[in-house]
Formats: sequence, C-alpha cells, structure tokens
Amino acid sequence: MKIKITALLASLVLAISFSASALAKQELRFPINLPEAKEGQVVHVPPTMADLEDADLHPELKRTIRRGYDLFMNTQQLRGKNVFNDMTCKSCHMGEGRLPFAAPVWRAVIAMPNFRGKNQHVNNLEERIAGCFAFSMNGKPPAYGSDDMIALTAYHQWLAKGLPTFERKNFYGRGYPIEDAPKAPSYKRGEKLYADNCAICHSDDGSGMRVDGKAHFPAVWGDLSYNWGAGISRLHTLAGFVRNNMPLGQPLTMSVQESWDLAEYIDSQERPHDPRFTGDLKETRAKYLDTFHKHTYYGSWIQLASATACNSSNNTSFGVFIPSVFLGRLFKRCIMNSKCSSSKCLKHEPLGQY
Amino acid sequence: MESKYTKKFSALLLGLLFSLPVFALDGDAERGQANSAICMACHQADGNGMNIPGGESWPRLAGMNADYIYKQLKEFKNGTRVNASMMPFATMLDDQQKKDLAVYYSQLPAGEGAHGGADAELLAYGEKLATAGDWDRYIVPCSTCHGPGNQGAGEHFPGIAGQHAGYIESQLVAWQKGERDNDPQHLMLAIAERMNDYDIKAVAAWLSTQPAQ
Repeated sequence: MKIKITALLASLVLAISFSASALAKQELRFPINLPEAKEGQVVHVPPTMADLEDADLHPELKRTIRRGYDLFMNTQQLRGKNVFNDMTCKSCHMGEGRLPFAAPVWRAVIAMPNFRGKNQHVNNLEERIAGCFAFSMNGKPPAYGSDDMIALTAYHQWLAKGLPTFERKNFYGRGYPIEDAPKAPSYKRGEKLYADNCAICHSDDGSGMRVDGKAHFPAVWGDLSYNWGAGISRLHTLAGFVRNNMPLGQPLTMSVQESWDLAEYIDSQERPHDPRFTGDLKETRAKYLDTFHKHTYYGSWIQLASATACNSSNNTSFGVFIPSVFLGRLFKRCIMNSKCSSSKCLKHEPLGQY
Repeated sequence: MESKYTKKFSALLLGLLFSLPVFALDGDAERGQANSAICMACHQADGNGMNIPGGESWPRLAGMNADYIYKQLKEFKNGTRVNASMMPFATMLDDQQKKDLAVYYSQLPAGEGAHGGADAELLAYGEKLATAGDWDRYIVPCSTCHGPGNQGAGEHFPGIAGQHAGYIESQLVAWQKGERDNDPQHLMLAIAERMNDYDIKAVAAWLSTQPAQ
C-alpha cells in the first residue's frame, strides 16, 4: 500500500511537472514582466501621437508638438548645432519618452519648476532639457525660447496631459529604479558581461555603431558618448537603465548585480569632460562632489586592470561647452593640451552670447 | 625609436584593413560566381530570389551583408539554423566556398522585394510598426536594430527593406514557433514572439516595398 501511494504520488508529480513543461513551451521565452504598481502609486499612461490628431488643440500647437516629437526621436538632425555626440533623446528616454522605467519625460514637466540639487537653483523645464543637451548630448542647448526649445517642451508637456502640477506623488515607472548591489560592483565581471551582452551593438571599444557615417547604436563611452556631467555617468543611473532596458527588448533580464557590474565597467571608461570643468580636474570633482560626482569616477584615479586612464578625457574635438546656467549665459569652450597631467585649460574661448 | 613607429604604422594598416567592411570576409566573388549554379534554382541568377505567396519564398541574397550570409550558411550546415531546403546545399559547400558565395552575393545589386498583395491599410500599419514600433507591447521599431531605412547595420542586423514579404513572414513565424533560434542573444526572437499574425503580415508587406539600398 505504501509503495502504491508513493508510486501514485511520484506519477502525479511527474504528470504535473510534465504538463508544466508543456505549458512553459507555449509561454513567451522573453516575457515582459514589468512590476505591478504598488499601493499608492499613480500610474500615468501618456497620450500618443495618434491621440494628438484627435485632441482639441490649436493646429499650430499640434504642429509644434509634432516638431518636438520629431526632434525627440531624431535628435541627430541637430548634430553640429546642438548635439555633439552620437546620442539622441530616445537613447535614454526610450519608447518616445513614454516608456515606464526608461525615465519617461512627463515626470520632468510636472516636477518643474523645482530646486535641483545638481545645480543648486530653481530650474524650469527648458533648463532641465538644456541639461540633457549640455551633458548627455555633449552639446550646446537650443536657446531658451527658440523654436526648437519650444517644440521640445511642447512635446514633453503633451506627454504629461492630465497630470496635476506641483504634486509630488509616487509615480509608477519614473526614472530607472534599481536596488542596491548585493555585493560590490566588479569592473572585471562587468567587462565580461559587456563583451557577452552589449558589444554586439555598442562595440568592444564602447563607440557604438555607425552606419554610413551616422549614429546608429549609441556610443557608451569615448568621444561620441555622453560626457562626465551626464546623469547616466553616475553608477546608479546607468545600473538602473541597464536593469530596466537592456539588452533592447529584454528588460529585467540582467540581474541587479549584473547591472551594477556593467555600470561599474562602462562608467569607468573615458568620456568627454564635465562641461562644468573649472580648469582643474580635482577642483571640479571636489566642487560637484556632493551634488554629483560622489556617484561618478570623474577625476578619480582608480586602478583598473585594463586601463591607465585617469578619467579626464581631453576630448575637445566637438567642443566642450559650459552651459549658460553655470557661466552667466555665456558659452565657453575649454581648450586643453594634455590628457591627464595638468588638466588645465589653456584658455576659454567664448562661443557667443546666448 | 624606428621600430616604435614601424609598429604604429603596421597597427594603423591593420586597423585600416579591419575597417573595410566589404572585404572583411576572406572570400572571392569570382570563385563564388563560379560555384553559384546550385543556388540559382531558388535564389535566381541575379540573386534576387522570389516571393511565393502560400509557398516557401526564396530570399533575396543580392546586396546582403557577406558576413551575415556566411554565418547563415555555416549554421545551416551545423544545424544551428534548421532549414530542410538549405541544409543539403550548405553541407555540400566547404568553408571557402561559403565565403566566396557570401562575398559574391553581397556584391550583386539588390532588386525589389515583392508581396502577395497588400492594401493601403495594411501597408500603413506595417510602416508604423516598422518605423515607430508599438512600445505598449514592447515591440521595438525594426529600424532600431536593422539600421536606417531598415537597410542593415553590420553583420548581425541584416537589411530587411526590399526583402520578399513571404520570406520575412516565414522567418518571424519560425522564431515564434521556436524553429529559428540562431539570432545573437535572441534579440529578434524576443520581439517576434510578441507579434500577432496581422503585425507580421503588415511589417513584411511594407518592408518588401522599401528600397534595399
């Protein structure tokens, strides 16, 4: 009897596991398992461009929003004017700036104007977007009040349709959330993970991929990547971006630890200067340490197995622009001569009044 | 001092060599052409294949990335990519012949793709899906990987614009069914399995109408 029951149980277990595996075969191999909204969280579903056509808005405003969408999606059309690397708005704000857990941009609309720790004063939406141009796109922002800036802010605001302003609610899917790393992030592990999971698009040397001389897959370090003042040069931001968005189409497949290891590796590499560069690397790091650089390796001599870099790119090939907000609205280009040793500006070259 | 510069110079030369994508694969187009008779029955003399509605469409090879073609030929042989029609031919070819054929076809001018009939509505939806995607279902736009105009990006992301609709459809379905599995990191599989029949018909039809080069 005992044997019989055991046999029955065993066959039952077998049957269950068999049907489970048969079921598993029909299930998606790469399901999108975004977390459910937690209690008290506000879920915002931003409108689409198709919704815009039906919206009761002035035709000129619709035209402006469409222009903003186009700039957002094809930011490289501003290459050489406002964008000086291979990044676009959608490189970081994926899915047209609407995707949860890919820093959806409607959040900035309702969070601004606000005091920002990064630059220690009250920013409006234009200045927030200017930051993306100055840092993430290593460029020179479109002028406040210019057609392009108004188009971009209009598109952002469209995505925030229906949301209340000045209410700091707990929004579902904002930013790039990630838990702390279970163990200390490792450059070595990150290097291996990068080769196995990222290099196919972003290249072994981090330069991304260009097709017919134009940006295709974004550069994740080097001259064509975001600079040392970009939010994503901070380890936790990149780790969160990777965890929630990479590899493309396979969110949450890299573990928390793997995401931190990748961030450690990628954000240890060389990239263009922080545009707030004072002329002295250590001084710049110190000046923005608490508000920013405590999360980056900028200006810190870290010992890397495969790099002798001092994390102070002398990239001035496209110009390093100091945004107006730091220099009284006067853009300047820093001309340098050496990579690591002195890191002094030879001179500051004005780029015109903004 | 001299040797240092020589080293630098050879490194430069080597760098140049590897930066020329067309000749990255060590194959000979003339030898490839000489061996191409066995491919012609399906892929046609001009390498442009044929769309066969309701049947197994023959993909265009002309103008495709050489490394991509070579990788597929290797994988038909070793079983990483399973295809009953291609397996015997891929098995017949030695490694050099595969390279030669890949280079030969990559250098032929691409013709036009075909579809078995699509109305304006289907094409418009296909265009939207291929160029803007449907992020609410996490279907990323084709061009995000397959390059500007979906004309290809490097060896791993083949040009799909101007490819026959029947072939694109069959491949997306093959990924869904688990019959095709040789895409690097399953970047294509993950997207394909989220698509429905209408999505697949629409993108395939629209892509076939687009210029390959």
